[in-house]
Amino acid sequence: MEKKIRVLIAKPGLDGHDRGAKVVARALRDAGMEVIYTGLHQTAEMIVETAVQEDVNVIGLSLLSGAHMTLFNDVTKLLKEKGMSDVLVLGGGIIPEEDAPALKKVGVCGIFGPGTPCEDIVDFIKKNVKK
Amino acid sequence: MSDLTSRILKGDPRSVAKLITAAENNSKELADEMKIIYKHGGNAYVIGVTGVMGSGKSTLIYELAKEYRKQGKKIGIIAIDPTSPFTGGALLGDRIRMTELVMDDGVFIRSMGTRGMLGGLASAVFDAVEILDASGKDVVIVETVGVGQAEVDVIKIADTTMVVLVPGLGDSIQTIKAGIMEISGIFVVNKADRPDVEQLVAELESLIDISCIGKDRKIPIVKTIAKKNLGIIDLVNEIEKHKDYLIKTKNFEIQRKKRYEAELVEIIRKRLMNFIFDESMFKEKVEKLIDKISKKELDPYSAADEILSKIIK
Repeated sequence: MEKKIRVLIAKPGLDGHDRGAKVVARALRDAGMEVIYTGLHQTAEMIVETAVQEDVNVIGLSLLSGAHMTLFNDVTKLLKEKGMSDVLVLGGGIIPEEDAPALKKVGVCGIFGPGTPCEDIVDFIKKNVKK
Repeated sequence: MSDLTSRILKGDPRSVAKLITAAENNSKELADEMKIIYKHGGNAYVIGVTGVMGSGKSTLIYELAKEYRKQGKKIGIIAIDPTSPFTGGALLGDRIRMTELVMDDGVFIRSMGTRGMLGGLASAVFDAVEILDASGKDVVIVETVGVGQAEVDVIKIADTTMVVLVPGLGDSIQTIKAGIMEISGIFVVNKADRPDVEQLVAELESLIDISCIGKDRKIPIVKTIAKKNLGIIDLVNEIEKHKDYLIKTKNFEIQRKKRYEAELVEIIRKRLMNFIFDESMFKEKVEKLIDKISKKELDPYSAADEILSKIIK
């Protein structure tokens, strides 16, 4: 049977703006992926624990509160601790361009801000995911 | 024994998750792992939760799991949502109702897409239940997709099946008449603070009265408001009573035998799909093997080997 790409879409931190996360979740679903959506207000620990249980290949973090430097870093650090560095981590929401290099350095491989065509995210995942 | 299986037997969540993925993908290495897993399974009590979409199944399971955790029981949850017939993708959103359980290491939650199965379950659900069982879970709860009238496969895997209904759905009684009545061990009337709840309960009662004539057990109705954690203890008590009933009347073994039959058929079906699409030829041969599986003399994978060796030269 064909292996499916499993993606966790998560909202870390305290902002409640989940429209973007839902649009991306729907687009990935339509691209044939299995998308697990966690809902709002997740801690880094909750996101990584969910990723473990759901055995996902990709984590998409959506954040609009400005706390991305801390929270994204917490997620990638915990993933490393759990031996899950092979999970592809992506970020979306309001992420200033100048923060992207630092985020890439800690393991957030792709940043997709407002206006990104959904196909770009799908293509990026298909090209970079480790199955 | 492989490293993966030995870690599963110690309850390691990462390894449990990996083998469930192998089951979902029907990977080559799955059978060897599962042969060991089956030797350690059969201990967990399996609860099936089914009902129409939006009836509150996920929220009910969340509250139920919390109640079991108070009793110190370890819980596995398998939550199934539909796979798109067009793209093969799925949006699995049952976890949203269960977030508080994520950091409890006595709880393991896994979301699954149906991936083409039509009975309300996913093909890998049998393996997933066994894996969670072998990893030390005391109770495994299986949530079906939101069902209509014909998705009754959950009875093949659950010891206790509960059908969750809500007041105000004009056609809910029709749904019951069409056959869900037959699979329910317990009826749950959720969202019991809504109007028309007494009417639904009364209609259910009269249906139960008719269908339980001459039977030694009357199907109970439990009213719940899952969101407010009301009626959950009653529900736990009814599950316990149903379990006692099943054990006392030997129905427990009969149902488990049916479950192993379902598991065996599913394994063979998956294997035969690669060669032929006609499942009818092995129906007579399975009965003896299922007996052996029930007695733990054999696991379903070895039984599948035996049958396939006669078909595929």
